[in-house]
Amino acid sequence: MTSWIAFLNILYKDIRTYYLKPPNISWGIIFPLAWSGMFFIRSGQGMDSIATLLPGLVALSILFGTTSMLAVTVTFEKKNASFDRLLLSPIPLELLMLAKTSGAILFGIFNALVPIIMASFIIDLSGINWFLILPAVILIAAASTFLGLFIAVSVSEVFEAQTFSNFFRFPMIFLCGLFFPIAMLPGFLQPISYALPLTYGADILHGAFGMGNSLAIGLDFLALAAFCVFLFVISLRNVYRKWIV
Amino acid sequence: MIVEPIIEVDNLKKYYTDVKAVDGISFQVFPGELFGFLGPNGAGKTTTIKLLTGLARASDGKLRISGIDITKDPKKAQHLIGVVPDESNLYPELSGFDNLVFCASLYGMRSAESQVRAPELLKMFNLADAGHRKFGGYSKGMKRKLTIAAGIIHDPKILFLDEPTTGIDVASARQIRQLIADLHSKGITIFLTTHYIEEAERLCQRIAFIGKGKIIRVDATSDLLQPIKDDHIMAITLDRLPDGIIGKVGKEFPEYRVEPSGNDQLRILAKQPIRVSPLVGFLEAQGAQVLEAFRVRPSLEEIFVKITGLELSEMQNGNQKKAGV
Repeated sequence: MTSWIAFLNILYKDIRTYYLKPPNISWGIIFPLAWSGMFFIRSGQGMDSIATLLPGLVALSILFGTTSMLAVTVTFEKKNASFDRLLLSPIPLELLMLAKTSGAILFGIFNALVPIIMASFIIDLSGINWFLILPAVILIAAASTFLGLFIAVSVSEVFEAQTFSNFFRFPMIFLCGLFFPIAMLPGFLQPISYALPLTYGADILHGAFGMGNSLAIGLDFLALAAFCVFLFVISLRNVYRKWIV
Repeated sequence: MIVEPIIEVDNLKKYYTDVKAVDGISFQVFPGELFGFLGPNGAGKTTTIKLLTGLARASDGKLRISGIDITKDPKKAQHLIGVVPDESNLYPELSGFDNLVFCASLYGMRSAESQVRAPELLKMFNLADAGHRKFGGYSKGMKRKLTIAAGIIHDPKILFLDEPTTGIDVASARQIRQLIADLHSKGITIFLTTHYIEEAERLCQRIAFIGKGKIIRVDATSDLLQPIKDDHIMAITLDRLPDGIIGKVGKEFPEYRVEPSGNDQLRILAKQPIRVSPLVGFLEAQGAQVLEAFRVRPSLEEIFVKITGLELSEMQNGNQKKAGV
């Protein structure tokens, strides 16, 4: 119970001091809005194309929203030593890092809603499988957040976290089957696609939006969950090895 | 009745790749004690605090907080301790009040409890009027006071204070020293690192001198002062130090010990009262003009210099650089 009081207060503090600040709210809305608008207009294939773009836009909005925030909530706090205050508290390290990442996961889920809400004004979304979308969005948000955490604890400066994030984020736009199938990629790039968590998230979303999956849904969920566990565990190990030296 | 130590350190070592930050130190701190850890910049004071609080891992040695092995179970021991780092590290976006409530929650304190405790502490630290202002807008002294308040919000058994008065104005430093004395009088065990010798002398019951990662001496402050309490010390400021003046004074006045002390200053030490007039006359006869001569109260500084061989000015210069003064 003691630890959960700490957990909820860390989450509440982060939401209040970081996520509910005007720049982040606007980033959370404007960025997915801009992506969506740009793709909808540039696709040039009429209204029908909007549904086919949605999985990619949802995944992209989550990826950029979550990974950007960890540089602030973790790297910045470590840099100004306020993270040490958390490390000195009796809350277990696993729960502490979950508390620090939960805000970003919620922010990612919020980001995912923007293109969906925008599309709902333009096209009929009655055919989509919400029971698949919801867990997929949560798992994509968690995997992207833990990727951001892995980056945030691997560097010491905020700008390094941002730069390092881009090293992962931009290739993922092209390699994860967001806007064209992985099968269309050159053969030597395809194994890389399957080593990226977003590939599996995008595949679930394609299925949920009625465009069919290239992998079994169960395998997609399993792979995403495995990425979550792997990235979280390796981030914890890095915190323990680099920050409690 | 045997009193068990609340902090037990035995042969503690912390080695980085090519640096022995802490090199086999051993000491004990007893419940309710105000224990001073005194040493120059880079001596290993902050590393020791990090090891004692679970923020760093020991290379070797034993470390117990209230009987709990902090190397094995740091989270259990962290319930019992409060830490005030050398840099105030609260959240600039939160108000003083919200910072305290947040820190209380980290120790599992419920909102109803912390909403009562936070105003009490703000009042105790003279920050009641600033409680709803953002921490980022506080002065350095106010920041340090709130950081101490945050360190005791959960009523810890032991409070670690790392250089609590470094880099703040004189008035705030005085207030903080008084607050430390008040906290000690309430029974909290305090582990204080400082480079201000007079601060350690005034506040601490026992003091450990640390240098280059090793403990040089641990003793009660009164015992440390005993050998010099009857000494007579005089500082004499000259317009310049003539060549070989120290040797000449020593030869002329063999009952005195003469040492250089800072720029153009001599320190005269004796077991009997120092006769000022002949000394001034001799110095002026050597071509120096005596600008000032004043008696210095024998202090821990003399012991520190004797034991460590390090001049106070060297130590404080190092720390001032660290504090950005």
